[in-house]
Order: sequence, then structure tokens, then C-alpha cells
Amino acid sequence: MEIRFHVTRFNPAYDAKPFIQTYPVPVSAGMTVLDGLHYIKDNLDSSLAWRYSCRMGVCGSCGMLINGRPALACNTQILHVAQSDLTVGPLPNFDIIRDLVPDLRPMFEKHRSLKPFIVRADEEELNDPAGEFFQTPEELEAYLQFTYCIKCGCCMAACPTLATDARYLGPMPLAAAQRYNEDTRDGGRLLRNQAAGGSHGAFRCHYAGECSRVCPKGVDPAKAIQHLKRRLVLDYLRLARKQKPCRKVHGPGQGRPLAGIPAPPPRTV
Amino acid sequence: MRETKYWTWHMAAGVLILVLLGLHMLIMHLGGITNLFSPHAGESVSRENSIYRDGLIFFTVTYILLLAVALYHGLYGLRAILFELTLKPAVEKFISIVLVIVGFGLFALGSWAAVAAHTAARG
Repeated sequence: MEIRFHVTRFNPAYDAKPFIQTYPVPVSAGMTVLDGLHYIKDNLDSSLAWRYSCRMGVCGSCGMLINGRPALACNTQILHVAQSDLTVGPLPNFDIIRDLVPDLRPMFEKHRSLKPFIVRADEEELNDPAGEFFQTPEELEAYLQFTYCIKCGCCMAACPTLATDARYLGPMPLAAAQRYNEDTRDGGRLLRNQAAGGSHGAFRCHYAGECSRVCPKGVDPAKAIQHLKRRLVLDYLRLARKQKPCRKVHGPGQGRPLAGIPAPPPRTV
Repeated sequence: MRETKYWTWHMAAGVLILVLLGLHMLIMHLGGITNLFSPHAGESVSRENSIYRDGLIFFTVTYILLLAVALYHGLYGLRAILFELTLKPAVEKFISIVLVIVGFGLFALGSWAAVAAHTAARG
């Protein structure tokens, strides 16, 4: 079966604006859009540029606009989305570096501004940990899904607010902020509130929900932003419940074994 | 955090508008059923009933409160829409200043009208 790939081409060194180029691609069951692009590159046009790495939906490099929907090229099967024609373009809401390669730097600058890492007062414990931090399964559950984000930028491309307000922080960075705010090991929420509660922060979200709909990893950034808004308001009103800092427990091998648990067998290696 | 403050009051103003507009609906549009604050014969929007309500300090305060929250809620909403147009920070500041001036101007005018109506109804 042959599918016509309508691919957006743009080389800022030569082209005034993006244009569409069509390639016929022989497709068999199970072929992904990424496979189709490889076919074009190998057989039809070696100048086509796109970004990819892992080919298994883990690295988040191959986010692109497939039939009008932001998705990963590596986990979108061609025959699931096209019968005769398939459009492939770069992620919207980003500048184009070349062809299907978006410039993701603004997204990562916004991400960095929200301190997406564990912030603690006892920095020496971070650098030279003397033990482990204890979290209950419920505490882990509060932020676990947001850790699945692979920073592919699909949510940013689908966001209607970001389409008009380029300075809006966007779903990915805000969901990352919420992920660390909910982490009981973290103490940096008030620092993040400065950026998250700014004039282009969480309050600009209209809750269109497109970010959650297109996320290839099933993360729900729209939910994270609503939780973030609530926490910002409660922090402002000083009504937020004080987050209990998680307990530090002994390090590996320093604990007292529970009674009745047999000793492990001797090492074989 | 300044935007958090503005947003929080925006939400609070929205809730207050719901309450005050509910009151307005009960008095003005469901007057035939509730007959609230309409002691004279005829509809609740009749001249006599309007003058009666203007003379009550409760209504003067309610008018001014509704004006304040509606202006704040509406103008903050307008500001949020305009800020989504990727404006320069200087333009954003200019818009904020203009909206504050417009808001206070309209509030002063509306408050004056409510107080004048109250005074005339009493006098």
C-alpha cells in the first residue's frame, strides 16, 4: 500500500517560508511515521531533516505534527492515522530550525526558570546523603504520573494559550513545577511560586485540556496546572496545609532487620 | 506572587458577583413572586419602587459593591486577554495603568450616581 507523505520543508538559509513536499511511501502494517521518514531519507530525498533518537517513545525527540495532531513519530503507526495521505509538519508554537526540527530552547529555558529539581535547605545532605528519605505510597502517587513526562514538547505544541502568548510558561514546565512541589523531599515550592504565579504563569491556563489529550505518555499536565493554581492561591491566603518534610531513615545496610525474616543466601559471585 | 493576588481577588469578585446578581434577579426579575423591596403597587421596576430602594442605605452600599467587584472582575479579565497577545513588558505596564485609571474613573462616576440617587430619594 502506498501513502503520500505531505511533509513540511523549510531551510531558513534558502527558503522564505515553509512549503509542502509530497513523497510516495510504500507502507506495510506496523510501520511507524518515523519508519516512513527514514524511507524518504534513504530512498527519495536525503536532505530531509528531523530529530529522533530512541525509536521507542522514551527520549521525546521525534515530536511532530502528524495529521494535525502533535505526536511522537516513533509510536504513531501510519495505518492507524492515514489511509492514503499523511501530513507531517514541525511542532507548532516553536520556531523551525529546519524541516521537522523545532527549536525547543524556549521550552527548556522556561522549564529551568521553575527550578525542576529537589530544593532543600540541607544542601550537604543532597550532595553527601547519610540516609534515605521515606515516602509513603500515597505521597509518591501524588506526583508519580508527572515524572513520566519526556519533555517531547507535544503539550506545548497543542496549547492554545501558548499559540498567542509566547511568554506563557506552558504545560510542560508548569507540570514539572507541580511534580516537585508535590514531592515531600522538596522544600522549594515558595521559590517556584515566584515564576509559576507570574503574569505569564499558571493563571493564564484556560484549561482547554489539549495538553493532556495529546501527551504520548499519558501525563495530565492540565490537572497539574489546576493543582498548581489552587496551591498558589492557598499559599497567598496562607491557608495551605504545611507539608510535612519527609522523614530521613537509615542508609542502605544500616537498618535493623525485622524479626522472623530469614537471612539471605550467601553470595554466589 | 503579585499575579496570584490579582487572580485570587478576581475569583473572589466572581463569587461575590454571583451572590449580588442573584439578589438582583430575586428583586428585579422575580419581583412578581418574591415581592422583595417593592412595597408599592405595580412592577418592581416602577418609579415608586425604584425610589423606595434608592432611599435605603443597604441598596446604595450594594450598588457600589456590585460596581466595584464587576469593574475589577471585568477589567482584570480584559487585561488577561490583552496580555495573551505577546505584548512588550512596557505595553503591558501601560495597559495596566490605563485600566486602573479607567476602573477608578468609572467607580467614582457610578458611586457618585448611587449616592446622588440615595440623597435625592431621601430628600
